[in-house]
Amino acid sequence: MIEAVVTPYTVPVDMMDALQITILVLVAAGATAVVLIRERVRQVLALSVYGVLLAVLFLAFQAPDVTLSELTVGAVALPIVLLLALAKMRKREE
Amino acid sequence: MRPAQRRWIFLVGAAGLAAFYLWGLSGLPGFGNYPGPYGFIINRIAVGQTNATGVVSTINFDYRGFDTVGEEFILFAAAAGVATVLRRLRGEREQSTVDEAADRDVPTTSSAIRMVALLFTGPVVVMGWWLASHAQTNPSGGFQGGVILATAFVLIYLSGEFLVLKRFSPVALTEVVEAVGAGGFAAIGVSAVAMGLPYLKDFLPLGTVPGAVSSSGTIALISFFVGLEVAAAFILIIGELLEQTLLIRQGGR
Repeated sequence: MIEAVVTPYTVPVDMMDALQITILVLVAAGATAVVLIRERVRQVLALSVYGVLLAVLFLAFQAPDVTLSELTVGAVALPIVLLLALAKMRKREE
Repeated sequence: MRPAQRRWIFLVGAAGLAAFYLWGLSGLPGFGNYPGPYGFIINRIAVGQTNATGVVSTINFDYRGFDTVGEEFILFAAAAGVATVLRRLRGEREQSTVDEAADRDVPTTSSAIRMVALLFTGPVVVMGWWLASHAQTNPSGGFQGGVILATAFVLIYLSGEFLVLKRFSPVALTEVVEAVGAGGFAAIGVSAVAMGLPYLKDFLPLGTVPGAVSSSGTIALISFFVGLEVAAAFILIIGELLEQTLLIRQGGR
């Protein structure tokens, strides 16, 4: 029942290419930007952009499943939850 | 202790940490070095054994299906926790959904947002459904499809109002769908046990062509249930938070 199917993709990857290095640098810059922004709503929007950057990072490192998950959760669902919590807090302060 | 002294102590500690960190980093194997046998074994036998070409999904739902059951119930518990924490407390009241000051000047959502959200709702539903039901063929899976399906409901909220969203996804229906998804996943595993096989063993017919839609037995079925559950959980969480922001007010009834 177990057939030995040899998959054709056996190219070993032992050096980062330019795209991977670029996206790593962008992810580091994005994380620093998220931390250094002080206004709340702008910080949430920066977090959304950072989620998209992380999704591109996972894609560059050959993980498309995680890319799809991260794209939706990090760029859409998490900022929505944060923005709604901020709106509720602002209403409470009024 | 003065700030200058604290800074010196921090610098000494940071220097020690940096030295150990760099020493540890220099002992790492090179980039892309994968010595382990598990990946190569899975690459060789997964397609032949499960008739599914999406190998990540076979690991998620077949070889390591038990971990996925745990993850599903993490999301289920999170949705239940949000619904419990944000329930209506004694000191709050829920406003009626009728607009009380209908003649005031409300800034309407820009028509660009509404049109784009409306245009994208259909394709997003199709894409989410396709991803959730094709876990065995592509880089996809139940979780990804489910989350994208939930995003379609957020697009409905963006293109309309909160009431339209509530009419599309009433809380009772969403909770039932979520329970069906989570329970269906567990039930597939239990029915494997009822047939005398190990928990979550692939017992449905595997199909003939690897990577066809009807292949890979329980993997496609589990991915469908997982997609339902994840979509419903996210819609519940976002709906609860929206209700908190828009409807719940302080002050007794």
